[in-house]
Amino acid sequence: MRITRVLSTALLMAGLAAAPAVADSSPSASASASDGSSAPTQAGTSFRTATELDQGQQGTASGSTGDYLYWSFAADAGQRPTVKATVKLPDTHAGETWQLDVYDGLRRRQACQYGAATRTAAQGTASLDLACTLRTVRAWSEQWANDPLPGTYYVRLTVVDLQSSDLGQPVSTELRVDSKDIGGSAAVDGSLAEPLTPGIAVKSSSDEDSSSTTSAALSSIEPDGGWSSGWWSDRWVWTAIGGVLAALAGIGGYALTRGSGRPRRVPPPGM
Amino acid sequence: MITRQRLAAGICALLATLSAGVAFPAGAVADETDSTASPKVELVLDVSGSMSAKDMDGGSRMAAAKQAFNEVLDATPEEVQLGIRTLGANYHGNDRKTGCKDTAQLYPVGTLNRTEAKTAVATLQPTGWTPIGPALLKAADDLNGGDGSRRIVLISDGEDTCQPLDPCEVAREIAAKGIGLTIDTLGLVPDAKTRDQLSCIADATGGTYTSVQHKEELSDRVGQLVDRAADPVVTPVATDGTAQCSSAPTLKSGLYTDREEFGKQRFYRVDVDPGQELRASVSVGADREVNPDYGVLLRAVTVHGREIVRGEGTGNGRTDVISTGLRYPKAESDDDNAPAETVCLQVTNSFSAASGVKTTPGLPLELTVDVVDAPSSSSDVASFGLGRGWWLLGALVLTGFVAGLLWGWLSRWRLAVWRTN
Repeated sequence: MRITRVLSTALLMAGLAAAPAVADSSPSASASASDGSSAPTQAGTSFRTATELDQGQQGTASGSTGDYLYWSFAADAGQRPTVKATVKLPDTHAGETWQLDVYDGLRRRQACQYGAATRTAAQGTASLDLACTLRTVRAWSEQWANDPLPGTYYVRLTVVDLQSSDLGQPVSTELRVDSKDIGGSAAVDGSLAEPLTPGIAVKSSSDEDSSSTTSAALSSIEPDGGWSSGWWSDRWVWTAIGGVLAALAGIGGYALTRGSGRPRRVPPPGM
Repeated sequence: MITRQRLAAGICALLATLSAGVAFPAGAVADETDSTASPKVELVLDVSGSMSAKDMDGGSRMAAAKQAFNEVLDATPEEVQLGIRTLGANYHGNDRKTGCKDTAQLYPVGTLNRTEAKTAVATLQPTGWTPIGPALLKAADDLNGGDGSRRIVLISDGEDTCQPLDPCEVAREIAAKGIGLTIDTLGLVPDAKTRDQLSCIADATGGTYTSVQHKEELSDRVGQLVDRAADPVVTPVATDGTAQCSSAPTLKSGLYTDREEFGKQRFYRVDVDPGQELRASVSVGADREVNPDYGVLLRAVTVHGREIVRGEGTGNGRTDVISTGLRYPKAESDDDNAPAETVCLQVTNSFSAASGVKTTPGLPLELTVDVVDAPSSSSDVASFGLGRGWWLLGALVLTGFVAGLLWGWLSRWRLAVWRTN
């Protein structure tokens, strides 16, 4: 009897311990707008005029070799964005080097963890693929760090090295941003009062006195479903399960010391 | 046994509730208000003699340009005020002086009457010289006034024949006026001199250069550029930074432009209240030929010169702009009447002009300042100090088990003591 109890307790614990893994793989609320119907068909030419692109959308733009093409997208805490660009080069061209740069909302250049962000197309190559995977976006970082923070990100695609005879030749480009949800392992404490979106102070002050007419916003893009408030992470589940398991283990430990039924040496009442 | 099963079921339900927890979206940010200023575009067309050359899909360059203009005029968005200026359209003679003044406004910048504009375009005949510089100056005057974005689209088939007024210098002077004017250029002939000149004009104003060899490309590109002008854009406010912080202009949240010469520094002041965060980003543009290694440094310093935080950006190779930014959250003060701190923003750049390139006017500088509420500070690495992972579970289970054992032994021992008494 005692053995079965201990065994069943252990089984119960094992079953429970598997639960966090299930919770972990629950679908995330990341952007998945991939219908492409309203995807932008042009790109901006500066930070100010960058074309806004939702994650999962395929942006296209035609331009000239030598143009600086700018897009912007929003990334929220816990996401790890990957920017992929395809450049279709003209039929005849000499060797040229293209580069994909990603900047955050403060126009600080962000490092790529993986991906070839700079590639050279040999003479006559028809197209070129570039990619850049950023570091995971954190909800908070120290002011001296340039860690990715929730907010607007800018992508600049341009040719950085070319023969001057190739300048001005027509090219067409495609750009797509997807992100992987990293989840609770990237959940840090603290949060920004406002996402790192340029012009947000101007925008929120013009909200208050709606009489003033401001021109277009510097950046008005935000993730699907808005910016996360940042308090939820699967750390709550892990910690709660930990607490429950500890309580059960406590009960189990206590039960072990009590044995089954009444203590053997205690005579039954009324004897 | 049954009790245990129920308990397990209950825990599972609890877990499901927790794991399906809904993430609460932050308060929606209100849309921006529509821009009231209408964008202005002037198409500047080269009508010099060489435009009669028949090398655009069998037709003459002029015919291609006319067709493109007709298509673009049909597709111009309502809000765009469009004008057309010609260069070299009227003077047939050989006198260089007169020929180099030959630029005229074919259709004034204003709300577009498509029929009138098309009729005006139809009258054009390839004629004279190529005075690009004077035409750009006049075009910039045509676009004066209003708060909207301004754009000149220059279509030319040859280099300027009216030296020594370098159209590239002219473009840079126009850009330095700080009126937010962009010049896009389209070259109809792929020869090196034309290309260099037109791309230099485009680079000087942050515009684009396109080499056109087919009719279709021409109308597509001009249409694209006119559409681009119609996109609402924030117009920056011109400001004038100084060499010392003490005399620097005080900036509020917003977007500013300035000019910074090679090797010089610019100071601006921003007042930051306790409990607020200063966000500043700066871009220094390369609007002329510069050496291929460059950088920009943005420092936030106190009025006494102590550095608070800095942002650095460096790069090499061809570029339009180099930028960096910084954040400075100022801690909440206990004193409600604590004064705002004056933060000096110091901008320096390490661009160097390529040999033979003029260093004045300075490089275009764009500064974004946002003063927002300070972030809630972090007291722990993990979110709310919560734990995660198998080690956490193991440690908690072990602790709970040991505590249970101890508690059980303790109570047995107490029972034994009670019984012996």
